[in-house]
This record gives sequence, structure tokens and C-alpha cells, in this order.
Amino acid sequence: MQISGSKKLQNSESTGWLMAFPATAIIGLFIIVPFLLGFYFAFTNQRFISPNPTEYVGTSNFHQLLDLGVLTLEPERDAATQEIKKDASGAAAYPTVRSLTRNNSEMPYYDGMREWFSWHSGDNIKVVVARDVVFMKAIVNTFLFVLITAPLQGGLALLLAMMINQKLPGINIFRTIYFMPVVVSIVVVSLLWRFIYSGDNGLLNAILGFFTFGTFKPVDWLGNSATALPSIIAMSIWQAVGFHMVIWLSGLQTIPVSLYEAADIEGATGWQKFRFVTWPGLRNTAILVLVVITMQAFTLFSQIAVMTQGGPVDATQTIVFQAVQHGYAKQDIATGSAISVILFIIVITISLIQRYLTREKLT
Amino acid sequence: MANVQLRDVHKSFGATHIIKGIDLEIAHGEFVVFVGPSGCGKSTLLRMIAGLEDITSGEISIKDRVVNDLPPKDRGIAMVFQSYALFPHMTVRQNVGFGLKINNTPPAELESRVNEAARILKMENLLDRKPSQLSGGQRQRVAIGRAIVRNPEVFLFDEPLSNLDAALRVNTRAEIAKLHNDLGATMIYVTHDQVEAMTLADKIVVLEAGKIRQVGSPLELYHKPNNLFVAGFIGSPKMNFMEVEAVSSSASGVIIKSADFTEQRIPVAKGNVKAGDKLTLGIRPENMRADTKGDLKISGKMELVEHLGHETFVEAKTKSGVSFTGLIDGETLVKLGQDMALSFKANDCHLFDAAGEAVHRLKVPEIVHA
Repeated sequence: MQISGSKKLQNSESTGWLMAFPATAIIGLFIIVPFLLGFYFAFTNQRFISPNPTEYVGTSNFHQLLDLGVLTLEPERDAATQEIKKDASGAAAYPTVRSLTRNNSEMPYYDGMREWFSWHSGDNIKVVVARDVVFMKAIVNTFLFVLITAPLQGGLALLLAMMINQKLPGINIFRTIYFMPVVVSIVVVSLLWRFIYSGDNGLLNAILGFFTFGTFKPVDWLGNSATALPSIIAMSIWQAVGFHMVIWLSGLQTIPVSLYEAADIEGATGWQKFRFVTWPGLRNTAILVLVVITMQAFTLFSQIAVMTQGGPVDATQTIVFQAVQHGYAKQDIATGSAISVILFIIVITISLIQRYLTREKLT
Repeated sequence: MANVQLRDVHKSFGATHIIKGIDLEIAHGEFVVFVGPSGCGKSTLLRMIAGLEDITSGEISIKDRVVNDLPPKDRGIAMVFQSYALFPHMTVRQNVGFGLKINNTPPAELESRVNEAARILKMENLLDRKPSQLSGGQRQRVAIGRAIVRNPEVFLFDEPLSNLDAALRVNTRAEIAKLHNDLGATMIYVTHDQVEAMTLADKIVVLEAGKIRQVGSPLELYHKPNNLFVAGFIGSPKMNFMEVEAVSSSASGVIIKSADFTEQRIPVAKGNVKAGDKLTLGIRPENMRADTKGDLKISGKMELVEHLGHETFVEAKTKSGVSFTGLIDGETLVKLGQDMALSFKANDCHLFDAAGEAVHRLKVPEIVHA
């Protein structure tokens, strides 16, 4: 009787759905629905709490974030001689950017834009203006973070994995040490590193001072716009390098020892063994590590939120930090959603490019 | 002349003593097979010759040059692995030419040597394929090609046929034998398959637990095993062993008896055998016949009967509880459970003393010395 009872359960479709319901519901509620809602909100003027009804606004959120323009500022010239007017110090006078982008009915597109960066072009000045300069900086910072983190973290992790992948006594201790930062919450790590990077009596300044016999001038690592982003990059690499080390290690251990022995018999050097045996054997692992690091790096947020809040002078603004700022701090759910959609498109594009570049080439 | 010499070679992994003093001379052009049960150290010994394992003590020389401290590539050897060890991302051409390439061989020479190896192994049509596109036999051929192209003094084979199916194993075995003939190089070959050992070797080295038990030509080992281990290891199905007692010994042989035999003279050298000694009688199943015309008769109840067509394998038990096997004529009528007598010639018998050492046979087939 018991057997036929369980048979009945196995064949019952409704039981199957019932069993799958909790997981399906949670995934749907917290992943699929928010994902779809994000796309929907990105095209509305939804706010966190608002008395006004939500309206469809088309692509205006994206224009607000992404609009760019280039203005050419010509020096002021003498009306009669067409010569460039110079002030007492010999410098030419230029109209302000504001004069062109505020209440300028001739160029309505540029209305409300602010200067992002500029350069001299002959007598003229070219100014790149953006509607949301902070978001532009966030995009640049995020890409910088990804471009520096991905190769350094991946490479360092591979180096550690190869050092760990030796049969030496006590090697497990090193494995554990390198992996430890991974199991500590990134928030805790960020808090601790704030002390390390502290300007007045941080550990890093103390160490650098000790090794240079006091000639090193203390730096406020997170308070200086030139060092804030590099400091966060260094910490992020350190924190997750152990994780990728373990992935590399698993890849290394799938390479048969006999391949190395065959290479030995042929007289391959250490570098040749890496070049012709190890690296080709790690192809699939390399793709995985690269894609995972890239995706993780694009979602840089916790370190910024804990350590710098995007400062100083927007030097550490990132895309996800901006999404959270807009969505929650400014209660502008629509813009936050639009940023998320932009990030989604960037990440999926890059993943597809990576997949294309690393595809299995058929001979 | 690429001879290989091993002098009192030992190997330990930590406290485990694997190779316990090996002395061996391998002449130039000889095909030597290391054979033995798993764990006997045959692969370790080969890897020590290759330079993939350190030598704990002793001396290995190749071409009269001590190679103990030389890296593998300077020993003039090439090795073929059981797992083929082909580089999966390289084509056959790149695999075969790998060693030449990393040693900066000019492209034209590399090309011609790879083509020559491909010609010898008849695999010109495979050169641009990847290992994953090849069958097991083809992969093994590429691995051999990679060895040939190096022009080694000594070829080392580590169970090269173990991963192949039975039919392919026979073919590849023949190809390796032909290769040895054509190249005339010294070859050392490790296997646990005694058929490979018997068919390929000029000289077989039987190893057990890190020691050499006997060195000799295949037929020498078959007809004149030095001890119980070699007698049991060489030959398939396995030789029968039966406990017997010496009644008397003289220059013309030793007279034995047991619960299952009447007294009979076995033509072996007298040696140290005395009346009353416990001895082991060895008789190969293929020397058994299904009639009573032999010198010694043994009867028992059939416990296993396998008809193979041209012959029948039987296993039986005597009244006193001794099991024995026989390979008898395929047309003999024999059934499971039947009582039947088999017989064999005294000339075909082997005798071993209590320590398991052979008592020298007086009559050995001419072919052993041919």
C-alpha cells in the first residue's frame, strides 16, 4: 500500500507544482518581478512615496542620465579688429559655459547641462557637457575599476593558485590564509581597511613611514581624490583574490600530471610548461574567472558605501552606488531603475563580447 | 651503443621501500619487458630510467654514462605514456613536433622530421587533427610518433596498450614489434599483461615487490622458471601447484608421491633434495591430457567446464581436496560434476623446494636454447 501511495505522489502533477511552489515563489517575488519592474519603472516617473500617479515618460530618464554634448567656446574678440581680447595677465577671455547652457533658446538641447571636461583646440576651448556629470564620472570610475581589477585580480589569483598547488608541508595553512578574506563580509573588511587607510594614524601610513625612516609624508588615502579609487581597488583585489585562487586551483588540478612529464621529457622549461600545458589547460577556467570578476566588479557598491560615499569630489562614484543614491537617498525609483537597466545592458554586452572572443575555435 | 645498466638501484617514497636493489644489464637494440603484478615497482623503475623519479641510491647509466643527475631530456630517451599524454589543444603535427620546436629546431628540419615520423607510422592523414578527433589507437600512434621524432637511443613504454580494446591491442602490439625491428633502438616496455611480454620481448624481467625474480628470454621463463612466483606468473591459465613428498633422489631424478599420485620419477637434477622433503609439483594446464596415457594420473570431479572450441578448460577437485586445471582437447566429452582422470608426462613437470626455488629440470625442449 505504501508503495502505491508514493507512486501516486510521484505521478501527481499538482503535487509537483506544490513542492516547487516555495522556491518558485521566492525566486519570482525577489528576482524575476523586481527585474521586470525595473524595466517598467525606468520608463516612468515613479517615486518611492508620492501622492501623484505614476506616468509614462518615455526615454526621458535615460536622456537625463546619458545626454552628452560638445560646446566650442570662442574667445571674445574685438568687434572692429577681430583680435582676441586679452586681460592684464595676457590670458584670453572666454564666455562661461553657464551662459550657453542656461535659458539659451538657440540651443535648447544643452539646457541644464554642466561641464564634464574640456581641452584647448587652437584658440578655442572644446567643452564636453553632460546632463548628469556625476553619473558620467560613475561610469568612468566603474570601467576603470573593472579594467584594473579584472586582470590584476585574475593574474594574482592564478599566481597564488600555482604556488599553492605544490605538495609542500604546511601548504594548507597558506590556502586557508589566502581564502580567509573571502569568508569575511565585505562590509567588515571595508570598515577594517578604513582604519588601515586612515590619514592621521592609519596602519599603512605607519608602515610606509617605518620603512622610509620617517621621510614618507602621511597620505589621507581615502580623503584624496587621486588615491581614493586606487585604494579601493587594492582592497577589493585583496579581498576576493582567494576566491578566484580556489577556482584556478580546481582548474589546475584537472590538468593531468602526465602532460607535465611528457613536457619534461621533451625538455620544456618552466615557462614553456606554463605556456604550452598549464595555460591551454586552464582555458575554460580563465573564461569563468574573467566573467565572474567582470560582473562582480561592475556591481561595486559596498566598499564605496562604507568607505567613501562616492567622494571625495565624486572620485569614487560608481554606477551601482548612483543607482542606490537615486533610488533610495533621493527616493527617485525611476532614475534608479534606469541606471540598473543601463548597467544590465553594459554587463550583458561585455559578457557576450567575452564569450565571442573566447569561443572555441573550430579548426 | 645505447646500452642501459642498473646497479643496485633503490627507491623509497618516505619510509616505503619500493625498489629494493635492482641490477640489470640491457644491451643495445634489445627489447626488454618489465612485467609483474601491480605494485611491484615496474613503472617506478621505468620512470627512474626516464628521469621522472629520483634514484634513492644506486646508479643508472645509459650509453655508458651515469645519468642519475641528468634531466630527462639529456638522457637520450623518449617515453610513451599509458594515457598517451598528448597536448589536447595542439594538432597532431604540433604534438609530434613539440620537442623539436621548443628546442629551436629550424622549421624546415622540423617539418621533414615530423613527416618522416608520420610516414613510419602511416598517419600522414591525421597530422592536422586534434587529439580529441582521434580514436584511442590513433592517439597511441601519435604518442609513439612524438617519441620517434626525437631520435632517442632508448624508447620507454609505460603500459602503452592498456587503454586500447582487445583487437586494437593485438594490432598495435604488432606495430611496436615492427617498429623495433625497423629502428633497431633499445626499448624498455612495462606491462602487466604477460601475453605482451611473451610476444614482444627479447628479454623479460619479472619483478615482484621491488625485486627481480628472474631475467630471461620468454621461452626460458616459460620452460625454466626459477621459482614458484615466475612459474605462476608466466603462462596462462596459471600453472597447477600440488603438494608432494620426495621419496628418494638420484642423478636421474627425484621420485615423488602424494595422496593423489602413485610414485613417479620426475627428471630433475638431484640438488639438495632428500627423501621426505616437502616439494611443490608444477604442471601447466596445457600439458594435461584427457586420457590416462601420461606418466602421472590425477582424477577428480569437474567443477568448471569451459568449451572454447579448439580446446576445453576444466577445473576439478580430487578426493583429497586438491584443485587442478587442465586445457584439454576441444572434442573431449566432458560434463560438469563428472568424475574424470587427466594425465601428464613426467618430462613436463616442474619441482620446487620448500623455499619455492626451482629444482633444475633435466629435460627442457630444444627451442629454449635455439
